[in-house]
Amino acid sequence: MSLGHTPGSASSVREEVLDNGLRVLIQSVHTAPLATVWCWYGVGSKDEIPGLTGVSHWVEHMNFKGTTNIPREQIKGIIEKYGGYWNAYTWIDQTAYTETATRHALDHMLFIEAERMSRCLYDPSDCESERTVIVSELQGGENDPEQVLDQELTATSFRAHGYRHPTIGWLSDLQTMTRDDLYGYYRRFYVPNNATLVIVGDVDGDDAMRSVVSRFDQVEPGEVGRRTATREPEQLGERSVTVRKEGTTAYLKVGFHAPAAADRDFYPLLVLDAVLTGAKGLNAWASFRMPPPQRSTRLYRALVNAGLASAVSGALLPTEEPYLYTISMTATDGTPLTRLEEAVLRELEAVRANGITPDELRKAKNQLRARLVFENDSITNIAHQLGFFATIASWQMYSTQVPRIEAVTLDEVGLAASERLRPARRTVGRFEPIR
Amino acid sequence: MNQVGVGPAQTDPQPRGLAATRAVLPNGVTVIAKQTRTTPAVTLHANVQAGTVFDPAGSEGIAHFVSRTIDRGSERYLSDQIAEQLDSRGVTLSASVSRHLLSLICTCLVEDFEDVLGLLAEIVMRPRFPAAEVDNRRGEIITLIRQGEDSPAVVAVEALLAMLYGPGHPYGRRVRGTVESVERIDSQALRAFHAAHCGPSVLSLAVVGDIEPDRAIERVHSTFDGWEAKAVSRAEVPSVPATTERRRRVIPMMNKSQTDIAYGFVTIAHSDPAYHAYWLMNNILGQYSLGGRLGDSIREQQGMAYYVFSSLDANLMPGPLIIRAGVSPANVERAVASIDAELAKLVEQGPTEQEVAESQRYLIGSMPRTLETNVGVASFLQMVEFFGLGLDYDVRVPDLLRAVTRDQVQAAARRAVDPGKAAVVVAGPYDGPLP
Repeated sequence: MSLGHTPGSASSVREEVLDNGLRVLIQSVHTAPLATVWCWYGVGSKDEIPGLTGVSHWVEHMNFKGTTNIPREQIKGIIEKYGGYWNAYTWIDQTAYTETATRHALDHMLFIEAERMSRCLYDPSDCESERTVIVSELQGGENDPEQVLDQELTATSFRAHGYRHPTIGWLSDLQTMTRDDLYGYYRRFYVPNNATLVIVGDVDGDDAMRSVVSRFDQVEPGEVGRRTATREPEQLGERSVTVRKEGTTAYLKVGFHAPAAADRDFYPLLVLDAVLTGAKGLNAWASFRMPPPQRSTRLYRALVNAGLASAVSGALLPTEEPYLYTISMTATDGTPLTRLEEAVLRELEAVRANGITPDELRKAKNQLRARLVFENDSITNIAHQLGFFATIASWQMYSTQVPRIEAVTLDEVGLAASERLRPARRTVGRFEPIR
Repeated sequence: MNQVGVGPAQTDPQPRGLAATRAVLPNGVTVIAKQTRTTPAVTLHANVQAGTVFDPAGSEGIAHFVSRTIDRGSERYLSDQIAEQLDSRGVTLSASVSRHLLSLICTCLVEDFEDVLGLLAEIVMRPRFPAAEVDNRRGEIITLIRQGEDSPAVVAVEALLAMLYGPGHPYGRRVRGTVESVERIDSQALRAFHAAHCGPSVLSLAVVGDIEPDRAIERVHSTFDGWEAKAVSRAEVPSVPATTERRRRVIPMMNKSQTDIAYGFVTIAHSDPAYHAYWLMNNILGQYSLGGRLGDSIREQQGMAYYVFSSLDANLMPGPLIIRAGVSPANVERAVASIDAELAKLVEQGPTEQEVAESQRYLIGSMPRTLETNVGVASFLQMVEFFGLGLDYDVRVPDLLRAVTRDQVQAAARRAVDPGKAAVVVAGPYDGPLP
């Protein structure tokens, strides 16, 4: 079969929910002798409270440090011996763990994920050792002016919502958090009723389901409890933040409050982003590593071809709650940020006033259609998309991406532009280098 | 045999493995085709042997400059027309350059294959390098160079390569050149570089996707047929004298948070009979699981770094083995001492039998993952072509790895990674001594 023709289509995905609440999604894809497992938890940095920022990500690191039945010293090579790859990531809405290996390793991968769900050790000395690793990760981010600006812009755009702080956390929280903070957070959120397990690959659905039941059936459900649920109040006026730091290059970033993935104007804004900066697709794991087709887009022509910027990119990510649509630019050497800012805001005002053309709409849809094929080129990517959308909305949203994009009209894009790109809803971030 | 009447073709005689089809066209173009049915898409991967080794003294960065301008106008199309043709199909053409190769890679839908192939051929064969485009891209390149100068990671690696090979050696030079050298490069120089170094005899094109090999080769033949065979210059890379002592360099960048360590050696060419022993040695040292022995010591046990790993770049000429780590400034001396200790231990005691077996199993077992996607297959086939490994290399590689003994891995370590002969560069907020 061909993945690209029907990735994640509702008819090819088997969905079951165990008695303990674990949601299981299985899709058989027989293009390579491989299987992939993704285990998703509905917890991310937006769920963190002051004093514990960064805890979701630190917990993710701790969940590679051994379990009751996998001693610490046996972690190394546990997947590699099957030629496999494993990894994890934490972001604002979710924490996800993945293994991809030969299909014969499926039960072994499920064993690892079942252990991780309830039996991680949190040895105090491992917690301390990991503290310095994470501080090192944070410092690596601080070396990059674009990351510094992104963090400042996000914190300026959000005043109340948990999306305002970085996933890595604030340094003082990383310095003071305790082993008990980490372990308590782990026990609270790592329960089957807060998880989605996805299996895709060269597997038989019935066999895979039997393995899932035997590995996870005995994991006890738990009470996740009340989460922080502050909604971001509407932004009433333009905000800005200017970072002046030693450096060589100036950066500009403009952010607007965006719709959540399930909101009505998400897809119109996705089309608008394709017109402005090129279509990225919807796979946060894979697509953003491949630059978009963008040389004929409005902002590339107005900024890069005009010599004002060496790079421009847009980002509209599917999220559970309203996050940001951002446009990031690198000023060419010697170009004042004011000129770049005037030029980009002029373009945004033009699209707010006049919308996009039928040709632009057609091209954006073509681009998105192609990108959705390209970003589903492996079982790892397909499984990622099923789990990602299950975590933020529903996995069926993944299987209906193409018709949703096809259904977007000129008027909807025009409305999204005029409403979403209003000056009062934007935040402008500038990085001005001090040489 | 998948002979298509355009030159000698060979097919993997074995029933298993990739069994790609290779043909050399009458004008010298090499085509490698592999049909896959994973997605309704095709990846085109063109390599021209026109890399940075051809940068003349005084015009450092010209090969890179070509990679950023080759798609900005041709005899038949203006830059905007090329952009429109790519963007309207959702295609991103990625152009990059390495020491030996100029690479153009893109993925398109099957329905667009012939159009995109035609466009790629026009770009490769008949670029015009219009002056206005060249001036614009020069500004981008200078901005990229300035961004690199602000990145401790880039600064450390560039300084290490210059130290290992000497700043004038083709493997020691900065890929992007310097602001001064780039300012001297104009349209005429780019056209001359293209004329001297780009021709059918140094082009290889991999076509991987849902298209029959015979048809792919026939289409490539008719598309590139008009490119007349011509003599192009071959790279002459001087050898590097053996090192007898340890070299150190500290580059203070006191405005940064994290310090980057680049620590390395000149090793072997890919054609060296010991290549597979080196591959295993590098895997054990700084790759396996979370960064091999280096990851165990520096990240897992001492908690000093978020990332630490080694990479081996055996090339046409002896390439570097580079160890990289990002650490807090307070840990620089301890981290370098730990790298020294791990290398000394590997040299003196060699790996364990278990480590060799684990790395063998991992590298062999990871082949299906490497070859899961069209992009992965195309990249693998081009690597095989560049080093002349034979179309059955994917089938032979397990035995080649299994044949390596523990003693051979230790011999590779003795030959390659004696800490007394290391080059060590540290860039970041550090101005102290180095061990």
